Amino acid sequence: MASTLPVAPRAETPVPGRDAQASVPAPASRPVRPRRGRPDWRKRAEITLLAGPALVVFVFFVIVPVLMAAYYGFFRWQGFGPPTEFVGLQNYLTIFQDSTFRDAVGHNMLIVVASLALQGPLAILFALLLNQRIRGRSLIRVLIFVPYVISEVVVGTGWSLMLQDVGAVNDLLGKLGLEWLQQSWIADPAIALGTLMVIITWKYIGFAVILMLAGLQSIPDELSEAAAIDGASFWQIQRHITLPLLGPTIRIWAFLSIIGSLQLFDLVNIVWGQFVSATAGTSTMATYMYLNGHMAGSYGYGNAVAVVLFVISLIIALIYQRFVLRRDTAGAITGGKEKRR
Amino acid sequence: MTLAPERPRSSARTASARPPSRRGTRTGPWGRPLVYLSAVVLVAVCMGPVLFIVFGGFRTNSQITTDPSGLPGPWVGSNYTEVIASSEFWRAMGSSSLTALATTAGVVALGLMAAFVIARYDFVGKGAMYSLFAAGLMFPATVAITPLYLLIRNLGLTNNLLGVILPQIAFALPATVIILVPFLRAIPAEIEEAASIDGASRLGFFFRMVLPLSLPGVITTGILAFIGSWNGYMLPLFILSDPNLFTLPLGVQNFASQYSVDTAKVLAFTSLSMLPALVFFSLFERRIVGGLTGAVKG
Repeated sequence: MASTLPVAPRAETPVPGRDAQASVPAPASRPVRPRRGRPDWRKRAEITLLAGPALVVFVFFVIVPVLMAAYYGFFRWQGFGPPTEFVGLQNYLTIFQDSTFRDAVGHNMLIVVASLALQGPLAILFALLLNQRIRGRSLIRVLIFVPYVISEVVVGTGWSLMLQDVGAVNDLLGKLGLEWLQQSWIADPAIALGTLMVIITWKYIGFAVILMLAGLQSIPDELSEAAAIDGASFWQIQRHITLPLLGPTIRIWAFLSIIGSLQLFDLVNIVWGQFVSATAGTSTMATYMYLNGHMAGSYGYGNAVAVVLFVISLIIALIYQRFVLRRDTAGAITGGKEKRR
Repeated sequence: MTLAPERPRSSARTASARPPSRRGTRTGPWGRPLVYLSAVVLVAVCMGPVLFIVFGGFRTNSQITTDPSGLPGPWVGSNYTEVIASSEFWRAMGSSSLTALATTAGVVALGLMAAFVIARYDFVGKGAMYSLFAAGLMFPATVAITPLYLLIRNLGLTNNLLGVILPQIAFALPATVIILVPFLRAIPAEIEEAASIDGASRLGFFFRMVLPLSLPGVITTGILAFIGSWNGYMLPLFILSDPNLFTLPLGVQNFASQYSVDTAKVLAFTSLSMLPALVFFSLFERRIVGGLTGAVKG
């Protein structure tokens, strides 16, 4: 970069004040690429001016905190004054020896798997449904995205009222003559995680459907029309044409879903509260971090938990990108191979 | 399964010669009762809990206790009018509006400028810049929230809406940049050359051509940022402890614990708090789906 710097003044016209006009002579000498005629320092100033603010804000509020967490994680520290009590890896040892943290990790993993298994197939089915030419399609689309648009707090408050022992869900089951299905949905540790999965599916399936619909709309109609003319049934068309072509969308959605499941905090904290989630069997790494770091005032420990959460997410993200998303660089080719088999 | 690999492609050519009206005969508008039935069930499942909240606000507590899953009978408006008359609701509404609007403006301005640089400049480190934002996409605020709280506290911005707005801008930037870059790349180079010949600088080109031409993408990312901020829970939870500054999500939670015996009023407060995001979304639903289509296609 530094070597190109002396070139810039030579290319510059001797009128530095009139910046806008400085580029005008350039197109005359090089009519094809007027960009090259611009002085280098000017281009760099523009890049700095335009990208600088975003980079500064992003680095300062996203990157720096993560690095700070890595540093603070080595201290026992209540968050006041500079951290002084260096404890090495003690915080990390405590984290991994704490069975409630291991439970939380287990819950996170179950949520990851269950989210993929529940939301994926359902979202594809719903997207196929909403891609049909039916009356009121755009209204239906808006309505099924409503749960995704309303906030976690609204969802959590509404569902926790509905799921009380004397709440609307049990009442409705009673009215339908299904008393044997009535449960203590939130408090019973045997089913609380299942309850959480129902709420999560209800809340986030709209997003999956938006993505799948977007993917479906980029698949040309001609392919399925041609297959229909050749006598393929609706489900054969979906299985052999739509699904392979939807592959890249499904894989991107799955990635976002996995990351979201690993970071889950809001719904659990709202429905179960910070203290109950561990005993109800719905705690996650993030609620553990909130309870044992922020609420307990143990910021050294809380930051160590943040680092563990970050590293687990990063490892899973990298593995996923290495083994799954890599295929998308050759998505069409992969789809073709599958059909030929 | 009976499909040979080559046949769809070869017959696609012959099919394209036929009039496209054939499509309509295969899936007639009322031709599939099963499709309609599942659509109705789907909508009922999605809207049920929402209607529970909205209708619950029109009931009395004794109605809710005696018949938790029933409809309002008679309808009572007092819960809603009491919430609308309360200063608590409007304070939270004000905090949420201010935070969401400032976040949206900041994200769109910074994101558009950064995306413009990535899309239309050639320079060393361009790929790294894109990867930096793309990596940011993978990590929502959860992983950084504990140290972020300390950073905000050191800046003296706890119990200050700026302490929520600035990190929200930072965490919404990755998605904004990633969605906007394809929009800005799609602006033909000829337009830029024409503008340049007419004497416009690159910055002039940015304001006069790029801004209007990328408006669909800008609207999409703006709405996503607005809704994200409006619904944001974790960041305000850590940063704001003064109830006078609470945004609506914190307000709802606070109200729900404060009036835990007054279920009907809690439901009225809750349903009023979701209204603005819902209005925004239904107005721009097509834009959001369209913007995401562009992003997925890359």
